[in-house]
Amino acid sequence: MNVSIPAADPEVSRLPAAQAPVVSLRGVTKRFPGVVASDTIDLDIHPGEVHVLLGENGAGKSTLISMLAGLVQPDEGEILLDGEPVSLSSPKDAINAGIGTVFQHSMLVPTLSVTENLLLGDRWWRRPDRASLATRVAAIVEPLGISLRLDAPAADLSLGEQQQVEIVRALLRDSRLLILDESTSMLSPSGIEELGALMRRLVSRGLAVVFISHKLNEAAAFGDRISILRLGRKVGSIGPERFRALEQDVLVAEIIEHMFDDQERGTDASVAKRLPVDLSGEPLLVVRDVSLSATDTSPALRKLDLDAWPGEIVGIAGIDGNGQKQLAELLAGQRALEGGSIHLAGQRLDGLNVGERCELGLRYLTDDRLGEGTLGEFPVSLNFFIKQIGSSPYWQHGFVRGSDIDAEARRLVKEFDVRTPSIRTPVGRLSGGNIQKVVLGRELAEGARLVVFNKPTYGLDVKNIRTIQRRMMDAAASGIGLIVISTELDELLLLCHRIAVMVDGAIVGTVSNTGESVRHDIGRLMAGVTS
Amino acid sequence: MSSVDTELDRVSRVSPVKANLTLMDMCRPLLTTFVPLLVALLIASLILLAVGVDPLAYYSYVVERGLFSPSGLQQTLTRMAPLLLLAAGLIIAFRAGIWNLGVDGQFLLGALAAAVLAPALHGVLPGWMVLTLSIMLGALTGALWSLLPAYLRAYQQVNEIVTTLMMTFLGLSLGNALVKLVFLDPATTVPQTATLPVDARLPRLFETTVSSGVLIGLVAIVVVHLVMQRTAFGLRLRVVGSNAAAARHAGLPSRKLTMIVFALSAALAGMAGAVDIVGVHGNLRADWNPAFGLLVIPMVFLARLNGFAAIVFVLLLSILSIGGESAARRLGVPSSFTLVLVAIVLLTLAVAEHVDQRWRRQRLS
Repeated sequence: MNVSIPAADPEVSRLPAAQAPVVSLRGVTKRFPGVVASDTIDLDIHPGEVHVLLGENGAGKSTLISMLAGLVQPDEGEILLDGEPVSLSSPKDAINAGIGTVFQHSMLVPTLSVTENLLLGDRWWRRPDRASLATRVAAIVEPLGISLRLDAPAADLSLGEQQQVEIVRALLRDSRLLILDESTSMLSPSGIEELGALMRRLVSRGLAVVFISHKLNEAAAFGDRISILRLGRKVGSIGPERFRALEQDVLVAEIIEHMFDDQERGTDASVAKRLPVDLSGEPLLVVRDVSLSATDTSPALRKLDLDAWPGEIVGIAGIDGNGQKQLAELLAGQRALEGGSIHLAGQRLDGLNVGERCELGLRYLTDDRLGEGTLGEFPVSLNFFIKQIGSSPYWQHGFVRGSDIDAEARRLVKEFDVRTPSIRTPVGRLSGGNIQKVVLGRELAEGARLVVFNKPTYGLDVKNIRTIQRRMMDAAASGIGLIVISTELDELLLLCHRIAVMVDGAIVGTVSNTGESVRHDIGRLMAGVTS
Repeated sequence: MSSVDTELDRVSRVSPVKANLTLMDMCRPLLTTFVPLLVALLIASLILLAVGVDPLAYYSYVVERGLFSPSGLQQTLTRMAPLLLLAAGLIIAFRAGIWNLGVDGQFLLGALAAAVLAPALHGVLPGWMVLTLSIMLGALTGALWSLLPAYLRAYQQVNEIVTTLMMTFLGLSLGNALVKLVFLDPATTVPQTATLPVDARLPRLFETTVSSGVLIGLVAIVVVHLVMQRTAFGLRLRVVGSNAAAARHAGLPSRKLTMIVFALSAALAGMAGAVDIVGVHGNLRADWNPAFGLLVIPMVFLARLNGFAAIVFVLLLSILSIGGESAARRLGVPSSFTLVLVAIVLLTLAVAEHVDQRWRRQRLS
């Protein structure tokens, strides 16, 4: 068997639309309980093109991919391969049809070497042929300008390298269509650049690429053709001719127009109603000399000081992994303090557990909303209450009062606009944005005085980001103090009164968010220039 | 169910489930239980035919002896007592995400504790007090036997499946050794403990031979079910069992709860052994190991960890084992054929679950 990529044809790569589509969807519909995940979708995927599928969380991107990868089957409509209807009833069918999928999370066996990973899935009676694999891999990777460390265990590879292995694996299986599902979400900026360049080289060799993303700039930078999904429908598409003709910002504007209703544009202004803080009273939160020893994955916290007044939004800026999460967990009571003190409204907190701090009004919105923030199999209703199990009025003498819980859950679902079929739906079935609204509802519920937000809008689409940010501003306006940990500087500049910068487990400076030079000052602090 | 459906209809853009299928919904649990039972009986018939036994005679004998004859029914109900207690203990553990597979060891040591204490106190203390103390000591012994796996799981993250199974082997051997070396009844030639007189055992119900142990079992499993479903304590255990990171985030003391779960689960297993001794056997013979736990574990899963459903499955298991034992004596089919039958029932029930879930998925989509 030879190189799996069809020989490059310069004519083709310049005029991709001239070629018949490899795969087409015709009126494809997929329903799940309570939602239409894909609603009569038509889609043509041409060779030699990067086809971007763009949409917010819950727009139906993943469902579409799952159907092409043979993981789920459409209820209506058909999938055409070279114009012929095919049934992709298993991942094996999809692979045989030449559709290779690289999922968001690595599908490599971490303990096996790259070679062994690439050899997996061959006929069981055949002896693995490492030598010929090496030649085949070489033939694939050379023209693409990448190199694979074939003998390294998959676990030792960076996420970008793991992705390359998965792409090569798809090519080894003679894929004609390569699907990249949210492939940039785990990559560093330079990794994203590399992946973009790799995609260009792949399509220039005649492969069809489907690139799923919810990031506008990536879509504009890497795509040839864009289809925009919204609530399971295809709401717009931009073909290659228009794509090339438009300037990037015009393009982005057009995409935004497709993605959001008119009234949703310009909400930036309505989010940014930052009220002045009354600094005359006592600070709500006083953190003094807090320290924590280092672990394998986190730096030591060194003598941290932090204050927050009622109604104030204090940002904590910094590159991920500089101790922000540890600080948040110390505040929440998930970690024991090793030195220093934390006071909330004059009361010393050390020694109090998570529940007691919650009761006092100190809440923590985790950045890991599925891993620790919610219980995926539990209904939406109970997820609102997992931090106050046993407390009245929802429990009396240790017994649950189901009707009170349901009533309050319904109220929170309504107030926080959680889109769920029912309050009994397992929370894990909701989209990321809706799960975050459940968590937000829980932490902002009655009695909140100081809320620590850890990357509150991470991984959400623009619309949900704005909703969440508006909620945070409203909370501050009502007198709640907010600590916002974020790696998005723009978010902090939009929301915060003051921004502290954290580097290597220490707060290296705090900047008041007024004037033009804030961004510059924070940059200098992060780079290690003391103010 | 109905409130969920109306909400679904109101919120979603499509009406997902048609109302006219509700009759089907109600019948489904019955269908998915009885159809596989029939299939299992058919498969077992083939095996019986192959060994030259008339399946109809065998089955009618099992049902007659397990369910329809007064003495058989009474034995079946009596047998349910330890099985229900074991099921109750297993439900607590599995709901909290802890695989206590060592119930047989905890059962046997609980039985031994009761078998030693009850005859010793007989005549010294009032009868009801002897029984109460013996059952409590059985529970305590079971709980103690789970202390090591509990500690290892809670504080050292050692997988409890391995440790509890290993503790069962140790427990069985220890029990045997203690019976033969320490607690041997000198009055008999058989290696066994001293015997609690029949009239000092758990009272029988009304005019029957049914031991009142079955009431203890029923109360235990219903209480466990309600605690897990309706109380804050039960919810805490379910949270820990569902997602340990979320439990930490919610501030639940996971380690403490793990220890408590082991203690409760193993105490119920030990209690099962004690109830079986002071209710039925009166003494503990060396090398006695009914291995009820391994039979109850699948029943509990088939009941989806629901206490009330578990009662039904335990009844079924009881009928099969009592009826099967009688049939073995009468028809010459080895008594282990009961195990074959139970195993086939389990397999067909599991297949039915699978088919049902596929069917349900298809209908919803």
